[in-house]
Amino acid sequence: MTENTNPQVPENAGQPGKIQDHFELFQTDTYQDLFAYKRQFEGAHDPELITQTAEWTKTWEYREKNFEREALTINPAKACQPLGSLFVASGFEGTLPYSHGSQGCVAYFRTHLTRNYKEPFQAVSSSMTEDAAVFGGLNNMKQGLQNSYELYKPKMIALCTTCMAEVIGDDIGSYVTTTKNEGMIPEDLPVPAAHTPSFVGSHITGYDNMLVSILKTLTKDKKAEATNGKFNFNLGFDPYVGNIREMKRILGLFGIDYTILSDNSDTFDSPNTGEFKMYNGLTTLEEAGDSINAEGTFFFQKYTTPKTQELITKEWDQKTYNFRPFGIKGTDEFLMALSAITGKAIPQELQDERGRAVDAMTDSQAWIHGKRVALYGDPDHVFGITQFLLEMGAEPVHIVVTNSNPDFEAELREVLTNSPYGQEATIWGKKDLWHLRSLMFTEPVDLLIGNSYGKYLWRDTKTPLVRIGYPIFDRHHMHRYATLGYQGAINQFNWIVNTILDELDRQTNIPAKTDISFDLIR
Amino acid sequence: MRQIAFYGKGGIGKSTTSQNTIASMADRNRIMIVGCDPKADSTRLMLHSKAQTTILHLAAERGAVEDLELDEVLLKGYKDVKCVESGGPEPGVGCAGRGIITAINFLEEEGAYEDLDFVSYDVLGDVVCGGFAMPIREGKAQEIYIVCSGEMMAMYAANNIARGILKYAHSGGVRLGGLICNSRNVDREIELIETLAERLGTQMIHYVPRDNIVQHAELRRMTVIEYAPDSKQAEEYTALAKKIENNKNFVIPTPITMDELEELLVEFGLLGGDEEYEKAIAADQGAVTV
Repeated sequence: MTENTNPQVPENAGQPGKIQDHFELFQTDTYQDLFAYKRQFEGAHDPELITQTAEWTKTWEYREKNFEREALTINPAKACQPLGSLFVASGFEGTLPYSHGSQGCVAYFRTHLTRNYKEPFQAVSSSMTEDAAVFGGLNNMKQGLQNSYELYKPKMIALCTTCMAEVIGDDIGSYVTTTKNEGMIPEDLPVPAAHTPSFVGSHITGYDNMLVSILKTLTKDKKAEATNGKFNFNLGFDPYVGNIREMKRILGLFGIDYTILSDNSDTFDSPNTGEFKMYNGLTTLEEAGDSINAEGTFFFQKYTTPKTQELITKEWDQKTYNFRPFGIKGTDEFLMALSAITGKAIPQELQDERGRAVDAMTDSQAWIHGKRVALYGDPDHVFGITQFLLEMGAEPVHIVVTNSNPDFEAELREVLTNSPYGQEATIWGKKDLWHLRSLMFTEPVDLLIGNSYGKYLWRDTKTPLVRIGYPIFDRHHMHRYATLGYQGAINQFNWIVNTILDELDRQTNIPAKTDISFDLIR
Repeated sequence: MRQIAFYGKGGIGKSTTSQNTIASMADRNRIMIVGCDPKADSTRLMLHSKAQTTILHLAAERGAVEDLELDEVLLKGYKDVKCVESGGPEPGVGCAGRGIITAINFLEEEGAYEDLDFVSYDVLGDVVCGGFAMPIREGKAQEIYIVCSGEMMAMYAANNIARGILKYAHSGGVRLGGLICNSRNVDREIELIETLAERLGTQMIHYVPRDNIVQHAELRRMTVIEYAPDSKQAEEYTALAKKIENNKNFVIPTPITMDELEELLVEFGLLGGDEEYEKAIAADQGAVTV
């Protein structure tokens, strides 16, 4: 038993004035003894049994049971709708994202974004409680809108709902009108409102719903006789701010006049000038309103924005295009189409970059070729990576997409079937990371590609993890890089091949035992 | 496309009235009925069936509403009227209001609202929560018809529904199209409902007399329009159908207070005055002491 004999100075205190790091602190005898002692009160199982059970979870038998799972999801590779709504809303000028629901919801979205970007993220809520659930959220919304407007002076409030508001059937559209009728916020303040119940779809659905509402609100009565000669670009729920910047650079090189529909690159990566700036969305409301008069709109995430694309095609009567400018082939297709559509030649600088990217690929492909890969994420994200892996001769094996849909699976399946490297692949739609864990034990792979949650699979299966996706909480600065275009391809080669090489070093670093291949030159 | 909704107290004959009216309107229009009642009895007379498979029933079986196809839940009934029932959970569990929201969202996403002249919502009893107001939200039903009779509780419900409409009328475009009096053979019923309509700022769009032929038709799972097209009752429903088709009288209702409603009933002799009330109490007490 452990007794704290001197409460003033714990025996593991170390040097006076030095704060112990928790990584070491909990390894000290004091804590280790304490943990052992506590086991009797915790109904803890015999360590032997735990080990045995853990081993059993690696078997085919367990895998089959795991895939029979019906009512339970463990570690889904998705987030809920309002996260996507807040994400897209924050890219517009002076826009305050507003979540109509309880405070806990918006706190979750904010931390989820802040932890990925290491940036503050501003969003407000209606602060709904028990009484709002009974009487409806109208009063909360009226006060919330008025407070937000008066305190934070936004140019637009982008409103989305949460589970509670949806279950009780709050009619947010009419609430906004009522708030305006009562003079609590100005009549001309744009307040797009989207229904985003978290129990339907995922963050990409919420992204789409919010964007539709924002565009409908801002483009109302803006349709002009002639086009404005610009093109709109939408990147979807793309967590890489580097991608938006890379896109803008490419368009600059082409000399194409453009509007990025939701440019949130500064929202999640604003310069530290010592002064707090509340709003960093770069798409101005005027540009967004004028987007209805563009020549056409490019979508990079087909399965994130189906409703937005339908709006633009059907109601705006505008041409829309779907591309995935990731990897060599994806970027080639996009740039050639962009050149054909705009009538502008592909800039020499980009052609040189292509050459460099192909060169980089040939430098590294020997290490990547034939590697078996598991990956997971949103439909379009996974699509881009799969195409890219096939280009390098890597073999995607397990593809887990929790927020999948049949059209996506059919499209990706065709790509896999047509490649010699795609023959081993299975698309696991609507499955979660606990399913993937079973797959990785029964049919092991060389590499895992996904977000930070893959860390647990790395720990359990010892498969090296390349962090590409959202969220990445446990590594810094990843979001600053591009994954798009030729530059993005080079970045991704870099991450993938160097993860493989790191792992190889780890596998060969025991002197006089495994170090025969511990080579300096790889 | 016009979107209309029938509201009214439970058991007042909404489903019967709406289906008979729509059966007549279907001669001249393309119509879809959206039943918004967990009991799912808004389409049985059109489909000649016990009750059609509802959206939520199938969704519960499959696990998610996304797994449904439109043609599994949208059936064509009498005169090609499209019929769909939202359905809902078992009594005492879950949330029927959310069910209606889910069902209507599903119909919108699946494109059920295309190529129609009328969409008619048949909504259960009182507007008890936000979900039951879904059919009158912005962009949905613009005209509400309240089915009522000269009975006190039916009028009470009608007044409450008018309050619900008022809540949505200023922000959305929903309007009250009129009261449909489904007769219960109460004394001075027409006058009473006409007065109530006037107080609510609307009209009594039609008085549907009571006729046993409605029951005969219902037993055969048919509307009167289909069962006895030449009957007097069929004429009544056709008259109502035409009035709705040509209706221009859409108002923001002016609901009255409970006191005003009771005064109205006293005036028409449905509720006795104070004197009568005191007499009743005295009689009651007399009975006890004897």
